[in-house]
Amino acid sequence: MPRTDPVDDAELLARLRAGDEAAFEFLLDLWSGAMLRLAREFVSTADSAAEVVQETWLAVIAGIDKFEGRSSLKTWVFRILINIAKRRGLAEHRSVPFSEMLPVGDAAGPTVDPARFQSPAEPFPHHWRDLPSPWPSPEQALLDGELRGCVAAAVQALPRMQRIVISLRDVHGYGADEVCSMLEISSANQRVLLHRARAFVRGRIEEYFAAVGVRSRGKEELP
Amino acid sequence: MAEMDCGEFVEAVTDHLESNLDEANERRFADHLRSCDGCDRYIGQMRDTILALRQQPRASLSGDARKSLLASFRSSR
Repeated sequence: MPRTDPVDDAELLARLRAGDEAAFEFLLDLWSGAMLRLAREFVSTADSAAEVVQETWLAVIAGIDKFEGRSSLKTWVFRILINIAKRRGLAEHRSVPFSEMLPVGDAAGPTVDPARFQSPAEPFPHHWRDLPSPWPSPEQALLDGELRGCVAAAVQALPRMQRIVISLRDVHGYGADEVCSMLEISSANQRVLLHRARAFVRGRIEEYFAAVGVRSRGKEELP
Repeated sequence: MAEMDCGEFVEAVTDHLESNLDEANERRFADHLRSCDGCDRYIGQMRDTILALRQQPRASLSGDARKSLLASFRSSR
C-alpha cells in the first residue's frame, strides 16, 4: 500500500489527530524497537518490556489530543514509556532510581589503558607504546555473526546508563539532543556516557580480533 | 597551547565526532591526527565500532501486539 511518510511533528500530530492510520503505523514501526530496548532496562523480562511498550502506545492514543507540544512528539512518547517502565520495574522490585543510574565514579579515569602509552620516563611520553593493531577488513568482519555477538555482549556488560545512551545513539541512530531530552540528562553528561561506552566496546572488539588472529595463526602453524 | 598527545587524543575523539571541540582544540586534534598513525588507526576503529553498533539487531513488536495497537488506534478515532 503506497503511503507518504510524515515529515515533521506538526504534520504527524495533525494526521494522528485526524485518525490517519498510516501515520500511526509509521511511528509504531519506527519507534517500537528502541522503546522495547529502553523498557527492558527497567523491567525483569522481555515480555514485561513488550507490555510496557503496548501500554505506552495506548497512553499515546488516549493522550494525543491533549499533547501540548512543549517537547517533540518523540520525547513525549519516550518519557511516557520511561514513566510506565519505571513504575512497573518498581512493582517488580527491579527498578533502580534514575538518579542512581547517573555516572558518579563512572565518569572518572581514562578510557584507554594508560599502559598503552609511554610513561614520562620514555622518549615520547603519552604517545602509543605500540600502535593499536589493525583490524581485519572491517566492512567484511562487521558482517560476521560472531563479531555481532561480541558487540552485543560488550553492550550488555556496560553500566546501565552507558548502555542506554549507546543503544539510543548508535544502535538506533537517535540524535544527541533528543537523547538528552528523553533521558533528562545534560549534553555534557550524555557525551561522557557515550564516549566511555564506545571506548569500552572498541576495546572488546580489539580483544575479539586479537583472539581471532591468534586462533587463525595457530591453525596455520599446524602441520 | 601545547601539542596534543595520544593520551589526550583518545579522550577527545567523541568530542570531535560530536563537533564539541572549540576551534583551538579542534586544530590541535587535527594537527595530532595528521602526524600520528596510532591515533589515525584509533579514530578509524572508533568509527568502525559505531558502524558495528549500527548493525546490531533491533527488536520489533510481535505481529499480534502490532495488530491490536492498530485496532486500538482505529477504534479511538
